[in-house]
Amino acid sequence: MTAQTLATPSAATVPAGRAKTPLSSARAGWLFVAPFGVFYLLFLVWPVIYMFITSFFHTTLVKPGFGNFAGFANYREMLTKPEFWSALWHTIQFTIYTVPPLVILAFVFAVLANRVRRGQWFFRLAFFVPFILPSAAIGLIWFFIFTPSTGLWNGFQTWLGVADPAPVLGTPALAMIGIAITTIWWTIGFNFILYLAGLQDIPREIYEAAAVDGASTWRQIRSITIPLLSRTTTLVVLLQIIASLKIFDQVYLLTAGGPGISTQVLLGLVTTTAFSDYRVGAASAASVLLFIVILIVTLLRQVVERVQQRREA
Amino acid sequence: MSSETAEGTGRRHNDGVSIAAPAPRTADNGGKNSELTFTIISWAVLLVFAILWLIPSLWALKTSLTSNATSSLGAEAILADWNLTLGSYATLLKGGDIWNWYLASVITSVITVLLTVFFGSMAAYALSRLRFRGRRLVFLLMIGGIMIPPQVLIVPVFQELNAVGLLNTYWSVILPQVPAVIAVFVFKQFFDGLPKDFEEAARIDGAGFWTTYRTIILPLSRPVIGAMSIVTFVGVWNNLILPLFVLSNPKLMTIPVGLATVQGSYGQRLSDIQASSILGALPLVILFLIFQRRIVEGVAGSGLKG
Repeated sequence: MTAQTLATPSAATVPAGRAKTPLSSARAGWLFVAPFGVFYLLFLVWPVIYMFITSFFHTTLVKPGFGNFAGFANYREMLTKPEFWSALWHTIQFTIYTVPPLVILAFVFAVLANRVRRGQWFFRLAFFVPFILPSAAIGLIWFFIFTPSTGLWNGFQTWLGVADPAPVLGTPALAMIGIAITTIWWTIGFNFILYLAGLQDIPREIYEAAAVDGASTWRQIRSITIPLLSRTTTLVVLLQIIASLKIFDQVYLLTAGGPGISTQVLLGLVTTTAFSDYRVGAASAASVLLFIVILIVTLLRQVVERVQQRREA
Repeated sequence: MSSETAEGTGRRHNDGVSIAAPAPRTADNGGKNSELTFTIISWAVLLVFAILWLIPSLWALKTSLTSNATSSLGAEAILADWNLTLGSYATLLKGGDIWNWYLASVITSVITVLLTVFFGSMAAYALSRLRFRGRRLVFLLMIGGIMIPPQVLIVPVFQELNAVGLLNTYWSVILPQVPAVIAVFVFKQFFDGLPKDFEEAARIDGAGFWTTYRTIILPLSRPVIGAMSIVTFVGVWNNLILPLFVLSNPKLMTIPVGLATVQGSYGQRLSDIQASSILGALPLVILFLIFQRRIVEGVAGSGLKG
């Protein structure tokens, strides 16, 4: 749409023949953008628009069309429904449980791995490979480890002397911790790699100078490594928060939101509302709310990056 | 073994060669010793964590190589029984749907990668090299696109595919994943860094933009094409939420969706369940071993996060 309205005037006002290069450049530009642009419009822009529209209608999966106009009813329903707030809280809870360990452990692993030059491949293998495996395979492995009474985790706790270990995924208070442990194991490799890359950008002369001045190793890490990696840390933290807000796979695979709704998260609520209750309108309203939360964090990331860039320049 | 290596490393890098916190340059003996101690501690701590990190995978592997009968008895039985068997793998590879799942994953991942890389690099070429009206607008739209989390769009995408009758086809998994906006940015950044001399020479010889893109830009872009292909491949291969809702035919399921059904349908066949998880993970482990560098660079470079 926009493509044509913008391209046509330039093609019309520039007389053909005289300025051949800009004209063909203009047309080529749009032709080169078009294939990707079509997919972009069809599967990113249109779904966003559609999601906003249906959030104001009583759209269902069982009948075609938008259904009756609902006004803000879907939003009102979501914002007054305990399930929505509980799902929002579980999403935040998951974020709180996973982000600090994922950032701190990844930082520690990277600093240590960067120091031992030999055998780095082994640590990359150990920490990074889980990250590129399908969540579904991870889900099967950890579900098995957390099996009540016969699983590995249970055995380990018995070995430690815990008399009657509670089933992790079956206890409301523990289930989210189980999901968090699985997630930390699964995704730490991403942050590990980002930190390792950041560490390699720090010129070693700085450390040499500090060493000459008699700074201890610990002091060097505190006064050189941590401040110089602050950009990486900001990136890692914000990417991690955004990813945590979109949590779905691990919950779906390990607890399906249970026991009860004690681990139900926002994206789980969205899909259940749409695909089990067939209530697309209500699901869209929940999606829009989640979308806004993620958008705010994403915008925050852009702002923070700008500020940091400006400060460095 | 480990402490020996550490000691060697410590000595070798005494001049401050190691990067994170290198040993001091001074001949001061006390400093040297503390550096060495620190290196050894680093090694030990890392090793403990690395082993901790390997246990879940090794546990799944061990279980998959144990008989179903033993596995159902629990962790101790699995640890005690070392009569390894490939029985679970044989069952899965002979009977189950796993070959269909592999096929679905390969087809959807490969086609998505081709479309994303091809169309994404074309768009990036236009943004990097061609002057056209609306270029800024396109660029801003792309930046906006980065902020859209595709997972959140699952309901409208489902409805869209439903409306055009594409549910339960490979296309329903492929098409929505093509517009990976990050690919455009990675390509654009790479093209911006390429020298323009070759292209200008080609233009003087009368080559059009298409010829220039195909015969000059693409061949020069092999490393970034490789990295983007692998990163996209891994992302599409592992995607759960989209195929989970748009595919319901077990014959068409991709590996993640297939694996998600295993828990319920295999019941007490615990070794079979773990074997299917190993089989689902295996292609990516192999891919990692072959393309280790590319994958690590690609992931770090694009800041890709599921």
